Amino acid sequence: MPLLWLIVIVLVIAAAGYVLGRSRALSSAGGEIRGMHSLPSYYGSNAMMKSVVPAFLLLVVWLIAQPIWINMSVSGMIPESEVAEGSNLGLVMSEVRRTADGIDAATAEGLMTQTVANGSDPAAVTAALKDAGKIVTNELTAPILAAAQEWRAEQKNGTLFMTIAVIAIAVLGLLWGLKEAHADFRARNTVERGIKAILIAAASIAILTTIGIVLSLIFNTIEFFSLYPASEFFTLLEWAPSFSGRGGASALGILPLLWGTLYISIVALLVAVPIGLFAAVYLSEYAGPKTRAFAKPLLEVLAGIPTIVYGLFALLTIGPILLTVFGDEGTGWMQGQRAVMTAGIAMGIMLIPFVSSLSDDIINAVPQAMRDGSYGLGATKSETIKQVILPAALPGIVGAVLLAASRAIGETMIVVLGAGAAARLSLNPFEAMTTVTAKIVSQLTGDSDFASPEALVAFALGMSLFILTLGLNVLALYIVRKYREQYD
Amino acid sequence: MTDASINPAVPKRHGSLMSADARTAKRNAAEKRFQMYGMAAIGAGLFFLVVLIGAILSSGIGAFQQTFITVPVYLDEAKLDKKGNRDPAEMAKVSTFGYNPLIQKAVLAAVEEAGIETPLKKSKNMKALLSASAAAQVRDVVLANPDMVGQTVEFRMLASSRVDGYLKGRVQREDVARDKNIDAEHLDLTDALREAGIVSKGFNAGFIFGADASESRPEQAGLGVSMLGSFFMMIVVLVLSLPIGVAASIYLEEFAPQNRWTDLIEVNIANLAAVPSIVFGILGLAVFIQFAHLPQSAPLVGGLVLTLMTLPTIIISTRASLKAVPPSIRDAALGIGASKMQATFHHVLPLAMPGILTGTIIGLAQALGETAPLLLIGMVGYIATNVPDGIAAGFLSPNSAMPAQIYEWAKRADPAYYERAWGGIIILLVFLLTMNLIAIILRRRFERRW
Repeated sequence: MPLLWLIVIVLVIAAAGYVLGRSRALSSAGGEIRGMHSLPSYYGSNAMMKSVVPAFLLLVVWLIAQPIWINMSVSGMIPESEVAEGSNLGLVMSEVRRTADGIDAATAEGLMTQTVANGSDPAAVTAALKDAGKIVTNELTAPILAAAQEWRAEQKNGTLFMTIAVIAIAVLGLLWGLKEAHADFRARNTVERGIKAILIAAASIAILTTIGIVLSLIFNTIEFFSLYPASEFFTLLEWAPSFSGRGGASALGILPLLWGTLYISIVALLVAVPIGLFAAVYLSEYAGPKTRAFAKPLLEVLAGIPTIVYGLFALLTIGPILLTVFGDEGTGWMQGQRAVMTAGIAMGIMLIPFVSSLSDDIINAVPQAMRDGSYGLGATKSETIKQVILPAALPGIVGAVLLAASRAIGETMIVVLGAGAAARLSLNPFEAMTTVTAKIVSQLTGDSDFASPEALVAFALGMSLFILTLGLNVLALYIVRKYREQYD
Repeated sequence: MTDASINPAVPKRHGSLMSADARTAKRNAAEKRFQMYGMAAIGAGLFFLVVLIGAILSSGIGAFQQTFITVPVYLDEAKLDKKGNRDPAEMAKVSTFGYNPLIQKAVLAAVEEAGIETPLKKSKNMKALLSASAAAQVRDVVLANPDMVGQTVEFRMLASSRVDGYLKGRVQREDVARDKNIDAEHLDLTDALREAGIVSKGFNAGFIFGADASESRPEQAGLGVSMLGSFFMMIVVLVLSLPIGVAASIYLEEFAPQNRWTDLIEVNIANLAAVPSIVFGILGLAVFIQFAHLPQSAPLVGGLVLTLMTLPTIIISTRASLKAVPPSIRDAALGIGASKMQATFHHVLPLAMPGILTGTIIGLAQALGETAPLLLIGMVGYIATNVPDGIAAGFLSPNSAMPAQIYEWAKRADPAYYERAWGGIIILLVFLLTMNLIAIILRRRFERRW
């Protein structure tokens, strides 16, 4: 694995830099630490940092840029005629890439001779690839094979240049650091500036992640809307993706999914908010320290259980129980185990600790003076809670409920297992409906072809989900923050 | 004199102070009721917890037991090694089809020896009792020890999932009429064989350490391989999220100036903590697989996605524990001549370490149980049967993860897989419980109150 070796080589150079830098600085001061500006280890660290950081930066940039660069230069070789009807250049390029990788892998495993691998006979290469067990979608054509060979050649060259460049940068950095390793050099300040830059870079990963999310959603969403009209996506009352033909036949309206999402979330909140809120009120106002120490952690266990467990619980425990009560033998409202209620109740149970611990914090933040004032006027405890504490805590509680709603809307595993697959616009809570998250999963799993609107729609759904939950979170935080100012 | 005392609208109180009047009684009753609501809410929460745990335990415990059939099998030389030279390479040409008749004959012989009356007189009838994996099991043992050929060796083979279900009460006699895999005669035979000690239930190590099996062989499916997948993913998460999270928190807590960039970072972290996990899956799909062409289904990609997802959690808890270190520590270090960086790395960070580790473990536990992003980067939908060979393959070759494997089982049609899914949940929860206990112990032992 050459990449691993490259990293090891750079690290070895850096380690050498540390030892050499340290000893050089020490000897320049005549072995007397008191004559040096910084502690000896800082001179070593300086040399190490100067060889490692630029080299790794170059490595990362090169690894990202090289495939893009090769892709651009090779895609010029593909003639128009190779791009079949209903296909596009991207698909052809991914086949080129697959072929190139396949040839490389097959030669590396010794399943393909060099002469065949480097030859330009499409039939022979196809046969050899199939024998080696590499995936080739169909017969290779001459231009694709030529492009694949070009790809391999450029990749080989690129990797070679990269190795040389990275090692050269590391050695140059090492020399620079060694040159500076002199008793008068302000090594500590330099190293600390470097460390601070690394810290800033680490903190900026949060921003990079957000940018990554937004970009990956936006580009694919734009591509989706170029294949499928946005007006239909937002207004159509039907969700019926077709998997046989591409585009046209599919009806991809978000409204039924949005309805299912909201309906399930409402059921979940109807379970979670009363229980969570009353539990919080009881725990903070009535319960003694013993009850609190016992009940609060137990309730929070519910929050630590993975959502897949709730999904299974919904499908295999709640569903059958509801079915015996409301199914054909009971009231006859329910047809299958998967329903809005099934998923909603499980999700509600999951959200109980979320609502209760947030509300608990908010209720505890209401100043004691307000309670005392109310008791002094002769109000009972429950009257104080209902007429003083809850109104004072209301904005915070609304914020907590909004946060819970955002969790419910973004929840995936419970609805994938418990809510069903058919998109429906119905008011019956015992019917199966589906949600935005469940459809993102079903449109994207098992399909590596991102060119059809049926797959790309998942990104548009993801974008809607992201905006919806982000909006709810921002609103909730705004309400909570505004409310807090009153007492501080 | 206040207005109240001369206001005739206020009714004057008659009777004793000791007895509550109607209005006070009403108010007290309302108070009682309100308190009852609170207790009912707590009770409901705890009730759900008990039901949940009860459902997991009652449905999942069965997966740790499995039914085995123990019979002596005569390994016929004429069938398994026609040339008689005990060469494993040549014996490998005999596929599992060659072993099936021998095993079925052996079971029939055991039935006859035990003197069991049954209408099933042919060795082919025994097929329904045995797992389809039994032949492969015997073949593997024979190929490893070619000298066994020609002898009679006792084998402990997996029973079929229907027999297993019958012993566990999952398969009822009433259901068997519609079942093409097994019929009532086989169940009678199973009962008799159980009395004879040939069919027995035992601890199912294969479930914990084994690999996943195809849809038709639930009795063989295990969680071991996907556990390895989870393990490699957690290594990626730990190696990336701990240093990055700590570095980011140190910057934000100790060095960041009050400016726009800092504000932007803080807002981003707060928002990322609330982004639905499936959106991180979309990010992983688009960036790591579509753009960077990293291998699909690889634990490395799963680990990267989970790292991005857990970073906000780790940053938030790390910042809290850095904040808990009192400023006097920093002041003292600065006062004796340490630089700000030295004060942070030599004094503040070691003191905050227990809290940081606690937060990291809790973040890891959260990542371990997360499923949704893994669905999008392709860690489901195939059968994780191969133990990765080597460490690089562990990170790069396709694998599943524990929660993804549980989801996969929950989707399969055979109810025998539901038991596996619940059993998998027990294992997953044991891991999570252990991690949380370690976090609690760390906090109790090392956390200092200032």
